Amino acid sequence: MIGLEHYLIVSALLFSLGMMGVILRRNLIVIYMGLELMLNAANLALVSFSRFTDTIDGQVMVFFVITVAAAEVAVGLALIVALYRKRQTTEVGDLTSLKL
Amino acid sequence: MQELLFYIFSALTLICGFLVVANPFTRNPVTSAMFLVLTIISMAGLFVLLNAFFLAAVQVMVYAGAVIVLFLFVIMLLDVKEVEKQHYNLFGVVLGLLGLLSVGGMLIKAILSSGVGEGLQPQLEGSTKDLGMKLFTDYVLPFEIMGVLLLVGMIGVILLSKKNLR
Repeated sequence: MIGLEHYLIVSALLFSLGMMGVILRRNLIVIYMGLELMLNAANLALVSFSRFTDTIDGQVMVFFVITVAAAEVAVGLALIVALYRKRQTTEVGDLTSLKL
Repeated sequence: MQELLFYIFSALTLICGFLVVANPFTRNPVTSAMFLVLTIISMAGLFVLLNAFFLAAVQVMVYAGAVIVLFLFVIMLLDVKEVEKQHYNLFGVVLGLLGLLSVGGMLIKAILSSGVGEGLQPQLEGSTKDLGMKLFTDYVLPFEIMGVLLLVGMIGVILLSKKNLR
């Protein structure tokens, strides 16, 4: 029998994988993908809580999270493109000064 | 049957998620984006197992359809080739694994010791009709605000991607 814990453990592992990506990778775009993984892990936890406690509010919340994530990705990638135009790099190691 | 599907989908999610962030064979961002698609789709499978059919469809459409296309578009636009040649630095790998183990271990310990799922049965039917009713009655104000947020995001992106950003 698959219980709530199983889903929560998958969610926790996915969250820590996303965090590992943010720490490990040096490319801004891949760091963004790690952020997406973490958002998805939170979504999975919310949906499983919603299923096991018989309230649909968790699913409404996930709907909002997906919307905000889409807007966030659009703005973030536009920022990366604007940064690339100025500095010709997407590596965080090369972006050490505040001045453009 | 459900248990087997759960294990298949969660194993797929975790393996593809690992390959997104730390693929041992290549560091190409396009490969990462493709594995992110697989992660998203197997997560949609988990959503179906949790009776969240509408969210599974939204997940496939919005994430696999829109967000990943945007990622690929930017990767192709920026043409980052030199990334592939670099190796993982040892400090980053050690720190990343340490972060993975500590945060993952902490969360799993907390989940297991709290006994959060004790005596809970999967009970929500979760039809799309119920979700729509909830969304357009109790949550109608956040829903409208979300529309405004998308508009603000769109205007911001157009402004940011202008050539001479002032």
